[in-house]
Amino acid sequence: MKKQTLIVTSIVILIALYIAGSFAYKYFYLKNLNENASVFVRAHSPIIGNEKATTTIVEFFDPACGTCKAFSPFVKNIIQKHPDKLKLVLRYAPFHTDSYYVVQMLEASKLQNRYFETLDVIFKHQEKWAINHSSNIAKLWSFLPEAGLDVEKLKNDMKRPEIDAIIKQDIADSKLLGVNQTPEFFVNGKPLKRFGYKELEELINSEL
Amino acid sequence: MSPASQTSNSLWNILFLCWLVALIATLGSLFFSDVMHFPPCVMCWYQRICMYPLVVLFGIALLPQDTTVLKYASPLVYIGLFFAIYQNLLYYKILPEAAQPCSQGVSCTSDYINWFGFITIQLLSLFAFSLLLGLIILLKRKLKS
Repeated sequence: MKKQTLIVTSIVILIALYIAGSFAYKYFYLKNLNENASVFVRAHSPIIGNEKATTTIVEFFDPACGTCKAFSPFVKNIIQKHPDKLKLVLRYAPFHTDSYYVVQMLEASKLQNRYFETLDVIFKHQEKWAINHSSNIAKLWSFLPEAGLDVEKLKNDMKRPEIDAIIKQDIADSKLLGVNQTPEFFVNGKPLKRFGYKELEELINSEL
Repeated sequence: MSPASQTSNSLWNILFLCWLVALIATLGSLFFSDVMHFPPCVMCWYQRICMYPLVVLFGIALLPQDTTVLKYASPLVYIGLFFAIYQNLLYYKILPEAAQPCSQGVSCTSDYINWFGFITIQLLSLFAFSLLLGLIILLKRKLKS
């Protein structure tokens, strides 16, 4: 074979393999996701919106993640536009240092029926306790009474093994779903092809 | 075919293999990060910095054949191989965890893939750089003889 032909053939074959491989990967990835429906929603997962809604947005988030905070009002706003049809399931992906600890606080606040209030306070003061991706837990504690929490009770509840199990389950599910950045959204099991506000809204609208 | 052109042919074949290995490694690593969305760790980036230019260097050296490419390409192979060996030593815990420079962010010792129970991305990189080193040594010997 002529040298030029050999070079061009190799390039064409390898690039064709690359493209075919990416299509095959996406196909099997989506197929695999739909077969593992339970990994999206667990019994313990907090739900915002109508629990019987047919369209489910699953969000993996980290309380110290700035983009998660930024998306929070945006997603809530979309849900308010379609209160009957949409629900948001919150899942944890505590990637930042000490985020695990913050998620423990959040889960413990459930026992005082102050979950969403606590989440609001955590996000509201995020700039003050989570600076440059590292958490200042002592500072966060000082904000928690704003959510109407009994802080002493929270400190004890946080250590409960069932809370640990919940977070570990979420982390295991996030790994299975290939979540490696936050926030990660799935709408009816479909991941965002491209990350962004507009893209998320389009995906939600296409599933309504 | 004259003996001179036969030598030249075998030299070209080795250069071609070098280019092919670099190209496959480049496309493979891009597949892992851009199609499968595995975030690359720091070590992976250092090895990519060494591997990606090899596609261009060896590619240019193919037409017309230019064996002086070795002068420019081999340092990249040595540096890449150094990082690949280092990362594999970390992965197999031959070097202690404390010596690990990339605990922040993506861990360089995590398993994204594990084919047949032992083929990891770290090992694939080591394999590619070792293969390149072997080909370079072979090429140097042929040039001397």
